Amino acid sequence: MSQEHLRVYEVFVRSSRGLDHKHVGSLHAESPEHALMYARDCYTRRSEGVSIWVVESKNITASKESDVEDFIDPMTDKPYRHATHYVLPDSVDNM
Amino acid sequence: MNEQQTNLYRFLIALADDSIVLSHRLSEWCSNAPYLEEDLALSNVALDYLGRARMFYQYAAEVEGKGRTEDDLAYHRNEREYTNLLIHELPINDFAFTMLRQFYLDVFYVKYLQKLSLSQDKMIAAIAQKAIKESRYHLKRSEPWIIQLAQGTEESLNRILVAKEELNDFIGELFDMSEWEKSLAENGISVDRESIKAEWQAYVQGFFAQSDIELDSVELRVHGGREGIHTEHLGHMLSEMQYLQRAYPGNEW
Repeated sequence: MSQEHLRVYEVFVRSSRGLDHKHVGSLHAESPEHALMYARDCYTRRSEGVSIWVVESKNITASKESDVEDFIDPMTDKPYRHATHYVLPDSVDNM
Repeated sequence: MNEQQTNLYRFLIALADDSIVLSHRLSEWCSNAPYLEEDLALSNVALDYLGRARMFYQYAAEVEGKGRTEDDLAYHRNEREYTNLLIHELPINDFAFTMLRQFYLDVFYVKYLQKLSLSQDKMIAAIAQKAIKESRYHLKRSEPWIIQLAQGTEESLNRILVAKEELNDFIGELFDMSEWEKSLAENGISVDRESIKAEWQAYVQGFFAQSDIELDSVELRVHGGREGIHTEHLGHMLSEMQYLQRAYPGNEW
C-alpha cells in the first residue's frame, strides 16, 4: 500500500476527569478518524484515559529551539518576575 | 453428557472455533500490515477474538467435564473436528479482502451477540455482553476502511469488488442453522441465525450504497464448516497454529 497519504498526528490523552489532556506521542494515519482509533490502540489499552484528542502535527505552530534565548529566556536578571523574590509577611501562613 | 449438554458443547466449540480461526488469520498480518499503526490495530482485533475463543473453550471444557483444557481443545483437535463457519478460515489475501470480510463479520457479530447476550445460559450471555463491546469497536474501525478503499483509487475500488466476489459464496453459511443449534435456540440458549439475515442485508446494502456498490443476494452456497467439511485452507492454517503444541505437547511459556 502506498504511504503517501499518511499524515502525522499528535496524540493527547486525558487520564481522568478534571485533568488536562497531556501530549503522549504521535502516530501516522490516513484520516483523523483513523488517527483517533490508532491512538486508542497505541496509548489507551491499559485504561490510561477517558478522552483522546488528535491534532494533525502540521496544524501546530511551535516556537523554535534556536529562538529560545530571546524568546523564552528565563530573565534571571529580573528576579522580581518570580514569586520567590517576594518575602511574605509573617501573618501569611501556608503559601 | 445428555443430549442437551452435547448440543451445548457443540455450540460452544463452534463459536470458539469461529473466533480462534479468525483470530489466527488476523494475526497473520502482524508485522505485515501496510504500516505500523494498522499493524497494531489489526493485532488488537486478533487478540479480542482470541480472548473470545478462550472463554468459549473454557466453558466448553467445563461442560464436557472430561478434564480437557482450553489448550487441548484448541491445539489437539484435527481439521475435521474443527466446526468453524468457512468464511473465518479463508486466507487473508490482500488488505481489501481482510477488511471486507471483517466488515461483514463485524456487522454480523454486532447483531448476533446482541441477541446472544439475552441467552438463558448465564455464562453465554456474559461472554456475549463482553464480546459485543469489542465488535462495536471493530465495526467502527472497518467501516471507514471500506469507504476509504471503495472511494479511493481505481485500484482500491477494484480490490474491494474482487474481494466482494470472493466472499459472496461464503456469506450464506453465517445464517444457516444446524439441527443442534435449532434445538438450543428453541430453549432460548442460542440465537436463530436466520432471523438476523434480513437486518444484516439491509445494513450492508445501505452502507454499500454510499459508495455505489451493490450487495448480491445472500443465499446458502458453500457450506460444511459446522460438519467439519472445510476448504483446502484450514488444514494448512492449523498445521502452523498447532505446530508447537503438537511438537511439544503441554509445553508452557
